[in-house]
Amino acid sequence: MSHVEFDPRQYEHELDRREDHAPGDEPQESAGHWVRNYVIGLGFAAILTIASFWAAATHLIWGPAVPVAIGVLAIGQMGVHLVFFLHITTGPDNTNNILALAFGTLVVFLILGGSIWIMTHLNHNMMPAEQLMQMRQ
Amino acid sequence: MSDTPFPASTEALRRLREDPHRLGHGGHPVRRAQPGTGQGDTGPASKRVIVGYGFWIFLLSDFVLFACFFATYAVLHGATAGGPTAAQIVDPTRVAIETTALLLSSFTCGLSFAATNAKNKLWTQVFLAMTGALGLVFVLLELQEFIGLAQQGATPQRSAFLSAFYALVGCHGLHVTVGGLWLATMMAQLQVKGFRREIMHRLVCFNLFWHALDIIWVALFSVVYLMGAAP
Repeated sequence: MSHVEFDPRQYEHELDRREDHAPGDEPQESAGHWVRNYVIGLGFAAILTIASFWAAATHLIWGPAVPVAIGVLAIGQMGVHLVFFLHITTGPDNTNNILALAFGTLVVFLILGGSIWIMTHLNHNMMPAEQLMQMRQ
Repeated sequence: MSDTPFPASTEALRRLREDPHRLGHGGHPVRRAQPGTGQGDTGPASKRVIVGYGFWIFLLSDFVLFACFFATYAVLHGATAGGPTAAQIVDPTRVAIETTALLLSSFTCGLSFAATNAKNKLWTQVFLAMTGALGLVFVLLELQEFIGLAQQGATPQRSAFLSAFYALVGCHGLHVTVGGLWLATMMAQLQVKGFRREIMHRLVCFNLFWHALDIIWVALFSVVYLMGAAP
């Protein structure tokens, strides 16, 4: 903690709107703005969740397309959470947050994609277990 | 943007000096340094921003951790060793209730943060308590699911698929449990210490943590429960 007890927010009217914001934070707004943001987010998230559960249960969608639909809806809902709950925007004050998120997403996709890709090929190249047992005898 | 009577070239030079990378959308006044705030012409960002950003980096590393568990689950998804498959152990009704509880808890957590920024202690506490109650509902439902599965013999030792299932879902459940303990601590600290600066910083971080848990749950219920239950 700083040795000077100083509340930066008392200077809020003098602060530049360009100042970086942490994710989830958004100074200089009234409570009504926050509440409206969360209500919109909840609405979108609820619609997307219901759509996901409906897609999983229905027989209207062609079978192999169901996982794709669920995946798309999940990514959409994550976007809604990031925008309306974590207040990630495209503004210049969010550059750092976006860059960190982009790097995190890259690592996540490398881990997921790489693991699934390599292990599927490995699995494909492996000899079935029964055949292996026969060779040992 | 500016209503100064300078010629256009002077105005352009002024903008370039104040905003060399053209990050702003218009002209800005020169900021004078403010002692102790970290605000000024060249000062670092305020502590609130630095704390929140640092916690955001931690959360992204947590996403990477979960990505490893997801990758394990995806690889071992079919390795049931004659035991129950994903479609056999999923109860869609319970998952729907869990999802609703966690989404609503994320919403009430956001409302508590709106109350925090309005410096309203009562509503902050009320919404934090609601968040905690909904989180508790989620954790108890998950425990009930795990106990029910174990009673049918579907323990983590049964197959590689079940090991990956318990590791992934259990890791998220553990996060929610720890988050609930943190929430209770924050309620106590807020009650005793009030809206001090460091308490506000912790509430920023807690808010981020709770929303991040909901993001991971979205991936979890989609991949494990909905895709798994699909015929």
